[in-house]
Amino acid sequence: MNSPEKSRKNLSGIEIQRCYGAEDIRAFDAARDLGVPGVFPFTRGIYSTMYRGRLWTMRQFAGFGSAEESNRRYHYLLQQGNMGLSVAFDMPTLMGYDSDDPRSRGEVGRCGVAVDSVTDMEVLFRGIPLDNVSVSMMINGPAIVLFAMYLVVAERQGVKFRDLQGTLQNDILKEYIAQKEWICPPAPSLKMINDIIGFCVESAPRYHPLSISGYHIREAGSTAVQELAFTLYDGLTYVKSALDAGLKVDDFVPRFSFFFNAHNDFFEEIAKFRAARRLWAHEIKKRFHPANPDSLALRFHTQTAGCALTAQQPYNNVVRVTLQALAAVLGGTQSLHTNSLDETLALPSEDAVKIALRTQQIIAHESGVTDTADPLGGSYYVEWLTDKMESEAKSYFDKLDAMRGMVPAIERGFPQGEIHRAAVSYQKEVDARERIIVGVNSFVEPERSRVSILKVKDAVEKKQVLRLRQRKKSRSAKKVDLALNRLGGVAEASGDLMPAVMEAVRAEATVGEICEVFRRVYGGYREAALI
Amino acid sequence: MTPAQESASQLSKKLRVLVAKVGLDGHDRGVKIVARALRDAGIEVIYLGIHNTPAEIAASALQEDADAIGLSIHSAAHLTLFGEVIKLLKANNANDIVVFGGGIVPGEDIGKHQRMGVKKIFTPGAPLEEIVRFVKSIGVETRRARGARRRSLASSPPPTLLRKRRNKPKST
Repeated sequence: MNSPEKSRKNLSGIEIQRCYGAEDIRAFDAARDLGVPGVFPFTRGIYSTMYRGRLWTMRQFAGFGSAEESNRRYHYLLQQGNMGLSVAFDMPTLMGYDSDDPRSRGEVGRCGVAVDSVTDMEVLFRGIPLDNVSVSMMINGPAIVLFAMYLVVAERQGVKFRDLQGTLQNDILKEYIAQKEWICPPAPSLKMINDIIGFCVESAPRYHPLSISGYHIREAGSTAVQELAFTLYDGLTYVKSALDAGLKVDDFVPRFSFFFNAHNDFFEEIAKFRAARRLWAHEIKKRFHPANPDSLALRFHTQTAGCALTAQQPYNNVVRVTLQALAAVLGGTQSLHTNSLDETLALPSEDAVKIALRTQQIIAHESGVTDTADPLGGSYYVEWLTDKMESEAKSYFDKLDAMRGMVPAIERGFPQGEIHRAAVSYQKEVDARERIIVGVNSFVEPERSRVSILKVKDAVEKKQVLRLRQRKKSRSAKKVDLALNRLGGVAEASGDLMPAVMEAVRAEATVGEICEVFRRVYGGYREAALI
Repeated sequence: MTPAQESASQLSKKLRVLVAKVGLDGHDRGVKIVARALRDAGIEVIYLGIHNTPAEIAASALQEDADAIGLSIHSAAHLTLFGEVIKLLKANNANDIVVFGGGIVPGEDIGKHQRMGVKKIFTPGAPLEEIVRFVKSIGVETRRARGARRRSLASSPPPTLLRKRRNKPKST
């Protein structure tokens, strides 16, 4: 006899039926809601040929220790078939401190690469032609500084700005919501973002100046619906903010990109990606009336869920990552990072990252899932779930609209509170074994499997501090002072920051020195410590 | 008060635990869940939030008269930063405050932490119940010693370390 049937809920708490049929999607209109790939509302993908025309970019996020060590890792990844780079900076860089700042003690080069000045950046991209390799940089609070450094390195490589590809994360809203690496309060931060967007519209039209990120929101414990809703609403906030700064919608919205998480629930994730495209297309059309259809197409990068990896039985992570990566591909991602099996223990070793990359290559070249666009389109369940994700995200939009936008919502702790509650209830479900995590709360083994992990040596910090001090001695102090003073003046006058930051970077001013100007003029940011 | 009465009054006092992120990383999902679970278990929790320096944590623990400090870290700077907290507590004669932590800490570093004076490190996958049980087990002796210190602190000037509290967001 069968045991009584339990109700099933996905990770967003949406109740899933035993089976789906035509009656569950009666309101669904294939021509209107699905359309064809490459055409509004882009539910089936943003390109007509999808992966037949071009595979997604296999882009492994990496960076640790010194610029030299990270540069070696980048060359290794490119040799292994990685198609684009993605730079991880260390904590001091993410927070706008130099390696010799007292707050940086113990953190230099630990979970990303240490970059203090443009010379470090030059070493980081040694032998990597920036007009050929697309580079994504996970940097937010001090994004304008690192972007200026990237531009100056391109200049020194003889690369024209108009040939630069790649992406700057530059998404401060999700920092306040989730990742929590910031420098300044929302208003001046949004101003910096607009200056960067404006620069790219004028001078670097192939570069993506903003990657609106749900990844970190999800890692902080949100549900898939919350990830979808808060991320897209952040996107709408940036569009509005850039329009208010005088930019034109069709000049910059086509250069926005998104960054989502691929978690464990396979169909929920696929539905999330499809819903994201359709929702964005409709909302941009309704709210901002662009003329260019490219403004309606949501392109995105995906990273498999770091928070779904387990320290217990780490080889199981290879299988988890495979399923998550497959969901991203079936969801139509433009770019993908697959996590390595050892990442709950440390930064990935060379061997671990190779398996992660091979996972993508196997999906791309062996599985056949790239042969046709949106292979799950029309499935009763997938269409029902796509609709459901979209409508639940929309009800968050209504709440956020009622709060007069994302910035006021952040100031009253709304998205942070929603995410925290979701994280607590997920943990309770895991602890109560209502959610099975293989190797953690079921199928447990007494001993942890051992894997050899990457270690960043203590000497990295000493060396980096020494190098920074030498560089400060060898540069022209007068030029640095002049450039920093000028930057302070521009910031106070609310002028265009890009030229002034580039001048400071050329004078070898450091990340910490430039960010100190921002801290002085704009003030720092702190959040309420609430539980 | 007889010693027995004194001990009873000490033990009836709620355990006070200071919980904080140390260093620059902002990954506060775990620390907030743990802080909430401890509070739900009847423990008095002082949550300091993110981006705290070791000096700020040690000073707050002294001023808040904490029985224990729970530190969370995901930036791989644990050996340096936990070490500094322990050093500062010792320098202030407060090494009876129990220090425990959690985050991304590889197995081989756990022993180093214990030798340094960190009582316990919880790694990913640790059930909340286990963490609550650990904190509740902070011994009678420890709390009695803390009680003695409480009394001596009351008659001495406050520690010289800077104290930092974060109550509201500051904007321009």
